[in-house]
Amino acid sequence: MTTWTNARGAPALAMLAALAAPAGPDARAEPLIWGIQVEQAEYRLGEDGDVAAWDFDAFVGTDELKVVWRSEAEFAIDEEAFETLENQLRVQVPVSTFFDAVAGIRVDTPEGANRVHAVLGLHGLAPQWIEVDADVFLSDHPAFRFEAEYEGLITNRITLTPSIEVDLPFTDDAPLGQGAWGPKLELGLRLSYDLVDRAVSPYLGVYYERVFGESSLLASREGKDPGAVYFVAGTRLMF
Amino acid sequence: MSYGTPARAALLAAGLGLAISSAAAAGTYDLTVDYVTIDTGDFTRTGIGYNGASTPPVLRFAEGEEVTINVTNNLDVDTSVHWHGLILPYRQDGVPKISYPGIRPGETFTYRFPIVQGGTYWFHSHSGFQEPDGAFGALILEPKAREKYRYDRDYVVQLTDAHPHRGDRIMRNLKMMPDYYNRQQRTLLDLIGDASEKGLGAALSDRADWGGMRMMPTDIEDLQGFTPLINGKGPEQNWTGLFEPGERIRLRFINSSAMTFFDIRIPGLKMTVVQADGNDVLPVPVDELRIAVAETYDVIVRPREDRAFTIFAESMGRTAFARGTLAPRAGMEAEVWELRAPPLLTMADMALDPAMAGMDHGAMMMEGDAASGHGAMMKDADLPPGAHRMPDGSIMGGPGEDPFYAAGSGVTPEPAMKHGRFLSYKDLKAADPLYPDREATREIELRLTGNMERYIWSINGVKYADAEPIRLQYGERVRFKFVNETMMTHPMHLHGMWTIIDNGTGERDPIKHTVSIAPGTVVYTETEVDAPGQWAFHCHLSYHAESGMFRKVIVEGGPTTDRAALAPASGG
Repeated sequence: MTTWTNARGAPALAMLAALAAPAGPDARAEPLIWGIQVEQAEYRLGEDGDVAAWDFDAFVGTDELKVVWRSEAEFAIDEEAFETLENQLRVQVPVSTFFDAVAGIRVDTPEGANRVHAVLGLHGLAPQWIEVDADVFLSDHPAFRFEAEYEGLITNRITLTPSIEVDLPFTDDAPLGQGAWGPKLELGLRLSYDLVDRAVSPYLGVYYERVFGESSLLASREGKDPGAVYFVAGTRLMF
Repeated sequence: MSYGTPARAALLAAGLGLAISSAAAAGTYDLTVDYVTIDTGDFTRTGIGYNGASTPPVLRFAEGEEVTINVTNNLDVDTSVHWHGLILPYRQDGVPKISYPGIRPGETFTYRFPIVQGGTYWFHSHSGFQEPDGAFGALILEPKAREKYRYDRDYVVQLTDAHPHRGDRIMRNLKMMPDYYNRQQRTLLDLIGDASEKGLGAALSDRADWGGMRMMPTDIEDLQGFTPLINGKGPEQNWTGLFEPGERIRLRFINSSAMTFFDIRIPGLKMTVVQADGNDVLPVPVDELRIAVAETYDVIVRPREDRAFTIFAESMGRTAFARGTLAPRAGMEAEVWELRAPPLLTMADMALDPAMAGMDHGAMMMEGDAASGHGAMMKDADLPPGAHRMPDGSIMGGPGEDPFYAAGSGVTPEPAMKHGRFLSYKDLKAADPLYPDREATREIELRLTGNMERYIWSINGVKYADAEPIRLQYGERVRFKFVNETMMTHPMHLHGMWTIIDNGTGERDPIKHTVSIAPGTVVYTETEVDAPGQWAFHCHLSYHAESGMFRKVIVEGGPTTDRAALAPASGG
């Protein structure tokens, strides 16, 4: 049912096609699917300074293979510097009904040291509608990350979304404030309203982050608080 | 060819009647395929229509006529016209890549085929999402033989689910987020309601059961947010058919929706069903009927009072309704009803899902046999309220007793009127069986399968892009065993050959072109393989067909010197 070709004014081709009718292999080329899902585009109000942040996936592909550009950033307003700037190019392949295997590359280019990792992971939907990502980052500074998110419908337009992210570095990476086995925990709770279809859903919420263990000691040594709470305002976008 | 007002329609009918009587058995018709503006009363958008109009055209042909139809494509993409339910040479069937290459922009394709049947049918584009975007019309084939039922008026009532989004955008959104258009999901407020009704523990456990499967009991209409239309008119625009009290009116219901089943009733009037999918059935008086996507039902109504009656067609998921009016005078209106409460799927609707086999929901399902009159089996503890087990082990009673739904199904039709009669497939008996009733030569099992979270729909777990064609032998009678393992209802449509539904009436088993398979059920159909060539076979929900619930059927053997082989592949 897909259109054959959009080429116009090719009478010779049309004639050939007509002669060959019924033409083509049984299998039809399926159209490419694409989309952009911005989970977070927000402003964080914090005691020790404000942060602008984004987190989005842009993808293109088929049922069998998707290429995803995943981007996450945290921009400190006062310092005018990216605390986090992470871009991943991920290839996703289904491995079960609800899960995809992921392989890709992650490039971090925040203020200060840059890092490049290979990515291996799983992305999918766990029972009880919990969306999860589990990624291993392989490099001189290997790490593991687990993310989970649940969209709790208050009504069919108002959604309360709790989220959790744990980053676990396996080695010290002092320039980035990471100590081996000292995890970073991020908790979020965002209340959104579907303003325009599902394309634009503004939200308000709270966001909490804290480092533990060696990473916490590193923070203390630099005179930083290991934990911080922010009020957030932003919007989800999907198109 | 529009069907704007009854007066125009009558004029048209009279004109065609003349044409038929004088020109006997050959007619030439012209159709152009155009971009048109669709105005539903709720929204306006660019869609696709015929002959420059957004109102679906009505084409009238006569049985025995040799028709020549010139279709000119004024779009900037390929198009096609498929004659839904018509028996014709396969090259004339209008499915790109299966019957022919399609019709390129600016090209005129000439269809030529004989009309070999009578009844109500329809036609639509089989290219991309042009049909959801408005490319369809009605076909009325005047039978040669005198009709068995009398009527004074004749109206087409063609339903659709016009959506503000274009079809390709809908497909992309569903692939990105399968519940994108589901605005009837269970919420925290519903949970609180359930908890106060049956206790927090039970409410949470129910939630956990569905969440554990990652399925939604509200997954009845994938696509919501549409405005139902009758003959191109939204509920506010109120399509109206006129009558004189005491007259018999024939209503030709056609469901041309992309995705929506409708439950139709005309409060105050009994509807006598006389035809299904173009084939006469023994008359069945009903109060309400469910029309699956792509089906047609002809009913006779006889309003005796001098007042208006509302044709009220609620979507199966109760998210919207189509509304029209039968009235003695233009401008009259009757009561417009409230939508009934939306249904919820039950574990019975999951009965045949293999994933359920290892689950401890108590709903230990065995294969139901709809043909023998009973749906899936359940343990007594799981019987729906009011149901009881018969001595033979089958389940009777409870809300609805339609054997074409799983016992305890959440989507079993329930009449709006107390003690009202709802049409079931079991009520359909062919008035004129087309074939002698004989033993099928073989059985082919077709499991209807899918992955809702990825929005992939398939047959036997394989989507169209990866599937081998189904090969049939000319002259055989194939028995299809449909096993619906998904939780959605699939209207399966085989092109070119009849689908005889085994509803236990033997030689009077109804003859259809589309068979609706409810979740958790097994349905048997038989097909006399009497049409050589290659044909499409698919779920008629547009986005299910496009995402893989589709097959090519190749009929091997049979006459090769038929018109199919001789007809040119491309006209113009």
